[in-house]
Amino acid sequence: MPARSSSFKAAAAAYTQKRDTRAFLRGSMTGYLAARAQRETEFQDWQAAREAASAAKAEAVDNLDRYLPEFVEKIEARGAKVFFARNGDRARDYIRGVIQAHDAKCIVKSKSMTGEEIHLTETLEHEGYEVVESDLGEYIVQLRGEHPFHIVAPAMHLRREEIRELFADKLGPGAGTSDDPTALTMDARRAIRQKYLEADIGISGVNFAVAETGQMVICTNEGNGRLSTSLPKVHIAIMGIEKVLPTLDDLALLLPMLATAGTGQHITGYTTMIGGPRQPGETDGPEEFHLVIMDNGRSTLLADAEQRDALHCIRCGACIYMCPIFKNVGGHTYDTTYMGPIGSVITPHLRGLQEWKHLPSSSSLCGACTETCPVHIDLHHHLLHNRRNAAAAQPAWWERLAFRGYRTLAARPGLFAMAGKAGRLFQKLASPLLGSSIDPAKAWTRCRTLPNPPERSFREWWAERNGTANGRK
Amino acid sequence: MRVALFIPCFVDHYFPSAGIAMVKVLERLGHEVIYPEGQTCCGQPAFNAGYWDEARPLAARMVDLLGGAEADAIVSASGSCGAMLKVFNPELLGETAHAEAARELSGKVWEFSDFLVSKLGVTDVGARFPHKVTFHDGCHGLRELGIKSQPRKLLENVAGLELVEMGEAESCCGFGGTFSVKFSHISEAMAEVKCESALSTEADFIVSNDSSCLMQINGWLEKNKTEGAQPKTLHLAEVLATGLPEN
Amino acid sequence: MNAQISDDRDLVMHRIREALQIRRQGLPAHGDAERYRELLPLVGDDLDARIERFREWSERLQTEFIVCSRDELDAKLAALRETHGWQRGACHLAELPRQALAATGLENEKALIIDDSAGADYDKATLEASEVSFSNCDALVAQTGSVLLTSRSAGGRALSVLPPHHVVLATTDQMVPDLPAAMALVRERYGDDLPSLITLHTGPSRTGDIERTIVLGAHGPKKLTVILIRG
Repeated sequence: MPARSSSFKAAAAAYTQKRDTRAFLRGSMTGYLAARAQRETEFQDWQAAREAASAAKAEAVDNLDRYLPEFVEKIEARGAKVFFARNGDRARDYIRGVIQAHDAKCIVKSKSMTGEEIHLTETLEHEGYEVVESDLGEYIVQLRGEHPFHIVAPAMHLRREEIRELFADKLGPGAGTSDDPTALTMDARRAIRQKYLEADIGISGVNFAVAETGQMVICTNEGNGRLSTSLPKVHIAIMGIEKVLPTLDDLALLLPMLATAGTGQHITGYTTMIGGPRQPGETDGPEEFHLVIMDNGRSTLLADAEQRDALHCIRCGACIYMCPIFKNVGGHTYDTTYMGPIGSVITPHLRGLQEWKHLPSSSSLCGACTETCPVHIDLHHHLLHNRRNAAAAQPAWWERLAFRGYRTLAARPGLFAMAGKAGRLFQKLASPLLGSSIDPAKAWTRCRTLPNPPERSFREWWAERNGTANGRK
Repeated sequence: MRVALFIPCFVDHYFPSAGIAMVKVLERLGHEVIYPEGQTCCGQPAFNAGYWDEARPLAARMVDLLGGAEADAIVSASGSCGAMLKVFNPELLGETAHAEAARELSGKVWEFSDFLVSKLGVTDVGARFPHKVTFHDGCHGLRELGIKSQPRKLLENVAGLELVEMGEAESCCGFGGTFSVKFSHISEAMAEVKCESALSTEADFIVSNDSSCLMQINGWLEKNKTEGAQPKTLHLAEVLATGLPEN
Repeated sequence: MNAQISDDRDLVMHRIREALQIRRQGLPAHGDAERYRELLPLVGDDLDARIERFREWSERLQTEFIVCSRDELDAKLAALRETHGWQRGACHLAELPRQALAATGLENEKALIIDDSAGADYDKATLEASEVSFSNCDALVAQTGSVLLTSRSAGGRALSVLPPHHVVLATTDQMVPDLPAAMALVRERYGDDLPSLITLHTGPSRTGDIERTIVLGAHGPKKLTVILIRG
């Protein structure tokens, strides 16, 4: 078994044994689920809104060759320096170049999943820069040396006691003295506050980019996105090519949908549209504004018309919350930037199908993801499409052999019926083995019993009752 | 109405009582029931695993067989296999000689409870089942076919039956076909969540419209037996076939 | 570096054009403001209904929302100072924020008045030390209980977000029903001459990152007060 697949399985198996942790994770979502359900009812028509949101993203993505240049032209006209990056290396190189040009030492960063995707913070820290994640959840996982557990709620796996211990350990005297979330939040506020004023550079992500006006949009609740783009002399933003929306009206629709699906809010606390650096006549704001627009595999997904709608994703994280796999294996088990259903759909495109095909396979295809997605991406069907593409390109010989044998059998009803009968008989004969180490059905019987084989099959019952002719009563 | 039964392979071999109960209910309602012979597997296991080339001949075979049956409707004993015929076959066979036939068949296929409620307009079949029941929504039925209210309407009209909803009714039981053995530990954890939610209702029976989910649920319950009465699993059709007056 | 920059831009745009050789068929029609207005949460037609909706959201979000007449304004502001005990205030060079600074008695030597008439720099540390800031806004959005403000209308980027308490002064003609109306206002007011930052502030700064418990004042203002002046 390939290394990634086996380490995923091992990590998943280990996580499923932690009953308390799984229960804590499920319990932590109840507030979200209730708030979200309430927000949906406040829409005049949530389902129609999903279709309209999907249509807006489809318009943007299918015409990216028009909307992206339109966006870039307008934001450049206000003095933004736009850099296209073909991959993560090129994006990091450019950002490093800006940092070096300003001889910057301290960088304050607001949340960016695109930044996570290219390990931006880790890379810069490794190179000796001080990078402060300002989103509280990101700050917590940064202090722990972890990756986000969930794209919207990076520290949702941690209990307050664990955060208190972390703060007491890392933030010096006076911090981490109480388990109270308010006190802990104020510890972080004090620790990060001064960084906003000291930082030479602010780095942010991008939630949307509006082609009509040439503005990028950041949504945060804490206001960290506002502060890190207001105080430092230089602002660097990083976005994927797919973030574009055609119009401000589309934004008016998508902002409340993102908030509803992401956090059960009606709009995020600070929704900020940035159109460039400080303009003539303005009192403050960054003197320089750099925008990195990154491909990093997205154009490969764009070329797949069947799964192109995966680029409609607005990174609300709802599919992750709703996914029963996520709830039982946790966010770190995936070992990807994007966990859960959306991650299992796009990671094979962004990072290699064969290496990551275990992710689309590890799904019961229940469809809870597709049902919850605010832009109605066909997520669980794309898991099927990834499986198909993986098997077509590189079938597992044993699996193909098994399905071919099965196909041959199932094409012959007489034989199929006999095999069924033989199987039921075999199960009876093999019953002493069930659950033992030489049980051929071990993966099932390890944790479940097999059904008791009935005396006769349906077809036998039917034949007995009706003879061989159909429809006789 | 002339109704052809689609009896998926594992129902045929392991859960024939679900099929038998469907026959009883449909005949009791005065319909002619036929069972097109030679049904095997619809190809879903291979399809779900990504082996579409291996799935296609089986899917095409079922399209020929069921499409060729002279029936007004095809009724499935399983939401999941019903979804294969109704939703996935048109895509799987889309570029083959069976494309048109697959689309045509798709329009004639019904899951059992949906057929009774949406097609026949029947919500009370005359059954009597004096027990406390909780209903598990099979994911394919729920999300591919939009079946949510239909089984509940039927259960609510069963004499003596008390329907209690479980907290995780819409959560997947963790079966997912070959997923249940390929990712056995995840599947087990999902079953645990589902079963504990069902157990907390203190229902006597866990009922579903998908035998494969029930196999998963019952398999976990039996393996994790505790003191006291254990709920039994039952296909919806078996509940509806209980206590029917003789024709 | 410039040669490389144009390289990546050309390459990525080339990849995008190649990827879009096949356009999807049968995509649903792209909507507009009118269509979206039929889907988004409903807002009442008249001013009172809009004020009521803004008030509902303010309660849920813990925004302090005060409606008063112009005559009552000074007394309301003085009372606010009593309640919150501010010693240092900041505002920008605009009529209502100046009036607020004076009415709260904070127009002293510690006060910061940002001169946004000509875009002059100011001292960030002084702003950071301020306990309250007073600013104008562009609009109030009833649908979401949001304040729409820009780097041009509200004294720059930091005034509205750095001090721990932000007080917004608005007039009833600034109340708009919903988000599409807010976007239309941006379009009409600024056209091609957009301020570098346009923002919707909805309630005080909040986080739920520790066990999903809502805590106010994670980074930005711990308190937000909106004063709506009638008439």
